Amino acid sequence: MFEHYLSLFIKAVFIENMALAFFLGMCTFIAISKKIESAIGLGIAVVVVLGVTVPINQLLLSVLLNEGALTWISEDLAGVDLRFLGLLTYIGVIAAVVQILEMFLDKYVPSLYNALGVFLPLITVNCAILGATLFMVEREYDFGESVVYGFGAGTGWALAIVTLAGIREKLKYSDVPEGLRGLGITFITVGLMSLGFMSFSGVQL
Amino acid sequence: MSDAPKTKTILLGPIFNDNPIGLQILGICSALAVTTNLNTTLTMCLALTLVTAFSSFFISSIRKHIPTSIRIIVQMIIIASLVIVVDQALKAYAYGISKDLSVFVGLIITNCIVMGRAEAFAMKNPPVLSFLDGIGNGLGYSAMLLTLGVIRELSGSGKLFGIEIIPLVSDGGWYVPCGIMLLPPSAFFLIGLIIWGLRTVKTDQVEAIDFKITSHTKVKDAF
Repeated sequence: MFEHYLSLFIKAVFIENMALAFFLGMCTFIAISKKIESAIGLGIAVVVVLGVTVPINQLLLSVLLNEGALTWISEDLAGVDLRFLGLLTYIGVIAAVVQILEMFLDKYVPSLYNALGVFLPLITVNCAILGATLFMVEREYDFGESVVYGFGAGTGWALAIVTLAGIREKLKYSDVPEGLRGLGITFITVGLMSLGFMSFSGVQL
Repeated sequence: MSDAPKTKTILLGPIFNDNPIGLQILGICSALAVTTNLNTTLTMCLALTLVTAFSSFFISSIRKHIPTSIRIIVQMIIIASLVIVVDQALKAYAYGISKDLSVFVGLIITNCIVMGRAEAFAMKNPPVLSFLDGIGNGLGYSAMLLTLGVIRELSGSGKLFGIEIIPLVSDGGWYVPCGIMLLPPSAFFLIGLIIWGLRTVKTDQVEAIDFKITSHTKVKDAF
């Protein structure tokens, strides 16, 4: 059992890295990776939000939306399939969790709240969050697996953005051709990183 | 007829001058993963253009009734409903393509182009103009995606729309496919190179440098 979870975690972090293998969360990934400190803040926020929302969405799916999931209310509802409402539910849950997390951190952990600052609300529109939920639905993970998958996917994304920020801080001092400056060279750097991460795809788990 | 030039700028501007992917860095998230073959690329372009246009239209028509404090939620719900319609239609009429696109249809909700245009344009402009702006930005996104799709599918598997264009070595032809074009890294390289090309032509898009390298000390200055 433990082995299964561990391999799922490693797979989510390295082999199926959210940013470098599925291009998810690219907008924030490129925009907020100029400084290491902000990259670390955003990375932690993403890990927390992913670790919370994926399991919650999994519960909602199995208790409310899935075909025959409503039998706990009444036997008559066994044929009801609400999966088409999925997208609306998931995005609602993500927006709500981010809001609640923001209020909770503000009240109880002000130091972390200040460190994360403006990045928390930004996470609602980060495609990596919704993406992980949709992958969870597609691969039919159970509750335990979705907890592990959520944390793993978040860790992978955080790892990627912190690494990219480290490279970009050094890149500032390089003499880059005019048209390639900024966005262009960042894309090529990400391409090289992605090429590096591809070497994990041979790992059998 | 003073409106005509403005309408044209709104519709065609985003394709080259103000490309959502090349300049505004919006919507790259789902863009790269679907460009390995043209069937999925074209479906994604159509889906995104329709969602952007209609969400801009609807948001713009009720823009005077949305309280500012909850506007993000309202926009989200309109966009999510439209995406559900697209998703269900794809599942019903093009099940194979819908399987290939997997999670990326759902991810149109969080595609920054849709949200960005709703927030930046549709909240301030009348419905018809917003609709055209949505189509324009959809076209800008499609232009970039189709370029990527053509390059990647043609060099990666010698095909366009799944029809063989260049005979492959494995089928007795002469072309050895460039396998890396089908892998994730190539999408990053290509988009970087396209941005480089765009900015070489349109020099006003070049970013300012934040660190100037000083030249080497000349011999005569050293003494």
